[in-house]
Amino acid sequence: MSRPEPLILLAIAVMAIATVLIRVGGYWLMGRVPLTARVRRMLEALPGSIVAAIVVPIVAKIGPTALLAVIAAAVVMILRRNELLAVAVGVTVAVVARGAGA
Amino acid sequence: MIEGRSSSQPTWSAAGYAEGAWLAVPAMPVMAIFSAAFGVFAGQKGLSLIEAALMSTFMFAGASQFVAAEIWGRPMTAAAIATLVVVTATVNLRFFLIGASLRPWLGALPAWRVYPALALLTEPGWLMSIRYRAQGGSDAAIVLGGGFVLWLVWIAGTVSGYMLGTLVANPQRFGLDLIMPVFFVVMLVPLWRGARAAVPWVAAGMAALIAARFLPGSWYIIAGAFAGAIAGALQDEQA
Repeated sequence: MSRPEPLILLAIAVMAIATVLIRVGGYWLMGRVPLTARVRRMLEALPGSIVAAIVVPIVAKIGPTALLAVIAAAVVMILRRNELLAVAVGVTVAVVARGAGA
Repeated sequence: MIEGRSSSQPTWSAAGYAEGAWLAVPAMPVMAIFSAAFGVFAGQKGLSLIEAALMSTFMFAGASQFVAAEIWGRPMTAAAIATLVVVTATVNLRFFLIGASLRPWLGALPAWRVYPALALLTEPGWLMSIRYRAQGGSDAAIVLGGGFVLWLVWIAGTVSGYMLGTLVANPQRFGLDLIMPVFFVVMLVPLWRGARAAVPWVAAGMAALIAARFLPGSWYIIAGAFAGAIAGALQDEQA
């Protein structure tokens, strides 16, 4: 196995540091900054918004198969609250849809 | 977002580590599949096994690892590193909020207890901890215990996926390209707080869809997230 070049190690190190700072940053900040109602509202809207902003363009790019998979997974998750089952069903639906020539 | 108003003070015990590991069991297959998918993807994108394993060990942040592998610099340059860091921070900004949401529960604990647990925080570990807390649990050691075992699964899954991935000629046939979007939608379900609270999500999705046509790289994610946050703030004014 070849050793990664120094710049690649640097890239991974800097990405790791950035991720750790973000992980602890929110907790740290909440210990120091009182939140106004509006800022709190923004923060509450953010997690779901980030997920939607990641997923919607991907689904649009991949097409109906992705839409089917995502809907199936969401329905299973709503009914059963089981992450593993929901992901498995979603991915299985995609595989079946593709097998059917979608 | 999170009801942190439980009356009990946070505790921290050795038994909490074990309980956290136990609570994390249902999330393990998801982490294993997702990390294996990352291993497969990293291999396809030309990363070496050790590069993929280092990313999983020190980043432990799936979506950003996928994106980083996608825009990986070849050869790696200072500009490519800058791009990778900005994109990683953008994609992982949600951890900022996840960590913030734990303040009411963990705030009374010493920093040296809390920060290691935060360093290993992911959505599954976070959701597991939130549920435990909502059910009246107070032992904060479960956050670290759960995070630690999920971290081990993540690293092992990455290596396994990378090594097996070379056998998978066409990952689309196995739906691997859809694991990430499906996983995140599944993670979105427990965040559901009614249609009104989901209006920002729609704004975010629409804005991201439009931004993806005009903005390079992953900037559509931050554009969509900001649109959602602004929509949330505007809702506040009406309330």
